[in-house]
Amino acid sequence: MDSTILLFLLQDGITNGALYGLLGIVTVLVFAVTRIIFVPQGEFVTYGALTLALLDTGRVPGTIWLLIGFGVVAFAVELWMSRHDLNARKIVREALIKIILPCLIALAVIWLAPMKLPPWANLLITLAIITPMGPYLYTIAFRPVAEASVLTLFIVAIGVHLSMQGLGLVLFGAEGLRGTPLSTLSLPVGPLVATGQTLSIYVLTLVTMAALTYFFNKPLFGKALRATAINRLGARLVGIRTSLSGAIAFVLAAIIGALTGALSAPMTTIYYDTGFLIGLKGFIAAIIGSLASYPLTVIAALAVGIAEALASFYASQFKEVIVFTLIIPVLIWLSLSSHHVEEEEE
Amino acid sequence: MSDLLLSIRDLFVSYGKVEAVHGVSIDVPRGQIVTVIGANGAGKTTLLNAAMGILPARGAIEFEGRNILRQPVEDRVGGGMTLVPERRELFATMPVEDNLLLGGFLISSHERAQQLEEVFTRFPRLKERRRQLAGTLSGGERQMLAMGRALMAKPRLLMLDEPSLGLAPLIVADIFAIIRDLRSAGVSILLVEQNARAALRVADSAYVMELGEITLHGKAADLAADPKIVETYLGLATH
Repeated sequence: MDSTILLFLLQDGITNGALYGLLGIVTVLVFAVTRIIFVPQGEFVTYGALTLALLDTGRVPGTIWLLIGFGVVAFAVELWMSRHDLNARKIVREALIKIILPCLIALAVIWLAPMKLPPWANLLITLAIITPMGPYLYTIAFRPVAEASVLTLFIVAIGVHLSMQGLGLVLFGAEGLRGTPLSTLSLPVGPLVATGQTLSIYVLTLVTMAALTYFFNKPLFGKALRATAINRLGARLVGIRTSLSGAIAFVLAAIIGALTGALSAPMTTIYYDTGFLIGLKGFIAAIIGSLASYPLTVIAALAVGIAEALASFYASQFKEVIVFTLIIPVLIWLSLSSHHVEEEEE
Repeated sequence: MSDLLLSIRDLFVSYGKVEAVHGVSIDVPRGQIVTVIGANGAGKTTLLNAAMGILPARGAIEFEGRNILRQPVEDRVGGGMTLVPERRELFATMPVEDNLLLGGFLISSHERAQQLEEVFTRFPRLKERRRQLAGTLSGGERQMLAMGRALMAKPRLLMLDEPSLGLAPLIVADIFAIIRDLRSAGVSILLVEQNARAALRVADSAYVMELGEITLHGKAADLAADPKIVETYLGLATH
């Protein structure tokens, strides 16, 4: 292998690593607020990528029907959960958020999609469709069991992942799609070419990492979101609305997931189940970052991306095996070096 | 009505089909310490949890004359009541200072800074340990932190669930001295205790709870002299 090939592999690895980093960040974020291992994040990637790809071809994506469906079910769950203190104002507010809003978004998409808008406009439409799914999903699947153990939440998360993947197959079919790049910019850097697409991925990863690191450590509101996961009852007793914390985490997760999908759509063909594997690599990065540190997660994700690129060059049939094996020494090291602080006293 | 801070009337609380509190009525006048004493399992904690809104209840709960029976916990905190639960429920993996600041989540940042200084003055030990993780504190320090966190919300009513549980006698004396100070500072207190002797000594009025019902009510000093109370709750108390 000469240095040019190595450079190409590194660039490829870093670009993929940045995408994994974004998903690793989501894993850390959702866990930090809700204690949920967010397995279905891959589906948000898939939905984001395929919705954008369909909009690029001027078609109406099936995700709008799913959005309405999620909204209606979330509305019903919300009413059932607050059946003891329902009032007209609350019902109207919930109907606005969970039924009227998705219907308006769907109508706008049906009107706008055939116009074949520029890529950035389609990206915004994609975000408008996918983002509300996050909090709806939280209300439907996770809020009713919010007090449950990490293991129970994990099992629910796997169930949600399988259902959403199945729905993805129904909505998008078994064929893959590819999106149009956001920009046609390409800068030659030595033997490499930096495209607008890869540059926007780098920027997004760095900005997200820095913003979340700041948000969860400095302002009181960020600490309040973390406190929700550490002790839910304690959080309620100081006046933090824990269901709102969860919904906020899921809004962020859905936005980042959909953006990751939308940015990766022009670089590779995305199928209904592609997101899961990307999400899993993000998860490995998050584990290496101890499910706690955003910068460490991004660094680990870059390492995962580079290892994957090198592995695909030297032993492409073992690519995934090598990447997933990376986690074992890390887990051993973490379990030997961790200093445990009691989560529950007495 | 204006001197009545909290008024609970005919409160029923159930866990599923099992009713734990049967038609309990309790008044907390403004500026007083009211205690509910009783054996383990009498329903004292259930009563407090229902008053705070953690458990759903039937009956009437009025705080400063407003019906709050259907209010969620978060709104009751904003309205001026806080609970220090028996299990403390601290943010174990956060530093002491963050635990306290979060206690003032609903007040303005200016008030929060002021309140933090006040709590540090009341609990100098917490100031020394402000950077330490809450989960690494001793039992007494955790109780102080739990009380400090509750005080950060600037409550008019502080509800304490077994603040002396599991603490050494010297620390228990400290905690009760602080409870007395808080009353002087204008905070009304509803205190649930198994340590009846200490509770009756500090309280203005007292209720005795047995099997989910109030069986006796009167001035704390009168109850402390009641032969039946002495025999049942004070005779064997070690401190």
